[in-house]
Amino acid sequence: MAQAEIANPGVSRRRDWRPFLSRYATLGALIALILFNLAITNNFASWRTLDVNLTQVASIVIVGVGMTLVIATGGIDLSVGSLMAIAGALAPIIFLGKIYKIPEIHLAVAVAMVVSILVAGAFGWFNGWLITRFRIQPIIATLVLFIAGRGIAQVSTNGNLQPFKLDEFQWIGLGRIFAPGNPTVNGFKGIPDQVLIMVVIVALAAWALNRSLFGRQILAIGGNERAARLAGVPVATVKRWVYCISGLCAGVAGLVHIAINSSSDANLVGMGMELDAIAAVAVGGTLLSGGRATVMGTLIGALIIQLVRYTLLANGVPDDAAKLVKAALIVAAVWLQGRGRA
Amino acid sequence: MAAMESIASPLLSMRAISKAFGGIPALSAATLDVAVGEVHALIGQNGAGKSTMIKILTGYVARDAGEILFDGAAFEASSPQDAQAKGISTIYQEINLVPYRSITENICLGRESRRFGLLDWPAMHDEARALLSRFKIDVDVRRPLMRFSTATQQMVAIARAIGFKARLVIMDEPTSSLDEREVNVLFDVIRQLRRSGVSVIFVSHKLDELYAVCDRVTIMRDGRTVRTSEMKDVSKVELVASMLGRDVAQVAKSATAFGGPSTHIGATMLEASHLSAGHKVHDVSFSVRKGEIVGFAGLLGSGRTETARVVFGADPVRSGALTFDGASFAPRQPEDAIGRGVGFASEDRKLEGIIPDMSVAENLTLALLPQLTRAGVIDAARQRAVVLKFISSLGVKCASPDQPIRELSGGNQQKVLLARWLAMGSKLLILDEPTRGIDVGAKAEIQRIIKQLAEDGLGVLMISSELEEIIEGSDRVFVLREGRSVAELPHGEASEAAVMAAMAHGEAQPAEQEHA
Repeated sequence: MAQAEIANPGVSRRRDWRPFLSRYATLGALIALILFNLAITNNFASWRTLDVNLTQVASIVIVGVGMTLVIATGGIDLSVGSLMAIAGALAPIIFLGKIYKIPEIHLAVAVAMVVSILVAGAFGWFNGWLITRFRIQPIIATLVLFIAGRGIAQVSTNGNLQPFKLDEFQWIGLGRIFAPGNPTVNGFKGIPDQVLIMVVIVALAAWALNRSLFGRQILAIGGNERAARLAGVPVATVKRWVYCISGLCAGVAGLVHIAINSSSDANLVGMGMELDAIAAVAVGGTLLSGGRATVMGTLIGALIIQLVRYTLLANGVPDDAAKLVKAALIVAAVWLQGRGRA
Repeated sequence: MAAMESIASPLLSMRAISKAFGGIPALSAATLDVAVGEVHALIGQNGAGKSTMIKILTGYVARDAGEILFDGAAFEASSPQDAQAKGISTIYQEINLVPYRSITENICLGRESRRFGLLDWPAMHDEARALLSRFKIDVDVRRPLMRFSTATQQMVAIARAIGFKARLVIMDEPTSSLDEREVNVLFDVIRQLRRSGVSVIFVSHKLDELYAVCDRVTIMRDGRTVRTSEMKDVSKVELVASMLGRDVAQVAKSATAFGGPSTHIGATMLEASHLSAGHKVHDVSFSVRKGEIVGFAGLLGSGRTETARVVFGADPVRSGALTFDGASFAPRQPEDAIGRGVGFASEDRKLEGIIPDMSVAENLTLALLPQLTRAGVIDAARQRAVVLKFISSLGVKCASPDQPIRELSGGNQQKVLLARWLAMGSKLLILDEPTRGIDVGAKAEIQRIIKQLAEDGLGVLMISSELEEIIEGSDRVFVLREGRSVAELPHGEASEAAVMAAMAHGEAQPAEQEHA
């Protein structure tokens, strides 16, 4: 059923169906993928599978949420991977006390998290400022920090790996809530903290996009920027905030990433993340030209990409080949969008 | 004038065409016949089905029922490109060209001349020049299109369409952005096309044009063809009556629905002295009083829109002074002007007015939204109440407030945009071509609404290229010419002759000749 719908999104004669179809096509694809795996992948229906996939997808979704808002205004943010690296480099510098030793470790971690996320947000705001103040195209303006951001991260750590072992910080990537006292009745280990963070961010953004002034102004700008300006929408302010939020999301994702790895490597943190996030947004059904966006779609899109990769790996297909499938997915998603619009 | 006795050789025959969108019929058994070498007018109110008819013909949408014969054979176009390849070209209201590329590239786009696999530029430039010379346009075809006036751009669009060796050219309001001289050039071209055996379907809301250039007319109403006739056998009033489905006597009274000057004109609200801005505004002074409709008359490029944009804070002012409500007024952003109680409806609804994908409700409340929120959260109940109030008070026809605005007719979109400012409680409304591209019925409705607003005490600054609208609707007319305000005419003195004299020469001398 689900697959039949995906195959023929444009066939419906009634126009009003199309948004529904393009919306549920992605959900249908996810369900089809899950059914497919239940049939052929060994041990797919297990807590472990869910755990692995959700843990891996969380940071892509968190960045993808910010990216969704940026794309909803008709922009793009290439700097998110580099901003992850900056946040990831900055946090250990603070909580390891490399510049100034904060005696209370909980305080040190709190300061490290807040400051590094805010710095990423500030760089995001800078993106928005470049774009609105000088009318630079977003793809070029964010390319600046795509290149320079990683440089900043590398310089601030002298290019060194920063290893650490610190539970007070690493809960963000390794901690779990609702963990059963005695490990594993049927392998359930609790809900990973970053998955919880992801869910909160997704819920908040989905709600804000639909129900808040800010969200509607974002979509108005993406839908017709000139009309929005003439209706008194503060276009520059809204855009700066959107890029700022994208930076904040990247900052959070950067912390999750280094917590999982127990180390921060400025050369690797967030590498290629911008493309993963854009792919998730595109597959999720957000219009890349702006004006129509779905945060839930981005979540589903990221899950699809993740699950396809998992499916291929679990069935012995190498990671390199999985990339081809990812590319094919993006093409399919964009094609679907085109059909939905016509 | 090639008078057509009967359709000896039909080029196009559309029979019993039906089409429904989401269950709502847009066309029910409509017909259209066009003879070889005929200029055929297709008219009707917005929503009458003209556009749907054309979209079906050009393969933009599929029909539900009916048959199309073109040149004696069954005709089926899968896309506008396909229709073009088969001999039916369309010139749309909006200019569909690439502004950054040269005229040559725009004309030859999609059918470039090649030599040894490379573009043959000299041949392409020659072709572009030859085509444009048919339109008596002599320009440097290598320069980017955006350097030329809108009118020239429109001509390029037409030349491009005809360049495809079309047998049938569809013109959808081709004159809406042309001035009188250019309209005459266009008509010459249409006559020339007719002589060379090309047929034209001519869609326009300007009735005079139909008589000037069309042989026959098909009138549509509510998705049906209500009348097809020789142009010379039908009077203007009959045309309007057929379109509206009303009695002839009812329609004959007045050309517009403003009806007389405003009665309660109050104190001066907006005063502009010696404004200059950009390349097009040099020295413009005018004022608007409470309860008054002030008309801006002028030719294309006379600086009317540009002046309005300055007053609204959409473009920066270079020099001059503005006062509003007795205090000085220097808006740097539209937000500033809106905050003081000014609203602006742009001449280009699609480009600068509506957010096409958003609902009627959201478009209507776009400016008001900050006031409908508490702690950043939209109060949906209040939003809905405001929307319903204005939908009913302005008579907006839509399936529901949640319908995307792009699906509404031009007249209804305009009402929503008016409501956007009325909901704000605006004191001054700047309306740039408020009835452009709107059918006769909705036009009268919009005019009545504008009048009512002035009666309610709003100041209205109305820019219009239709003389009737300016003369009958305005309590005072300011005439702009080449970026300068050259005349101020109160309602009684603003005759067609006086306004046109001012537009042409910069002086409104022939006030005595008014009753010619």
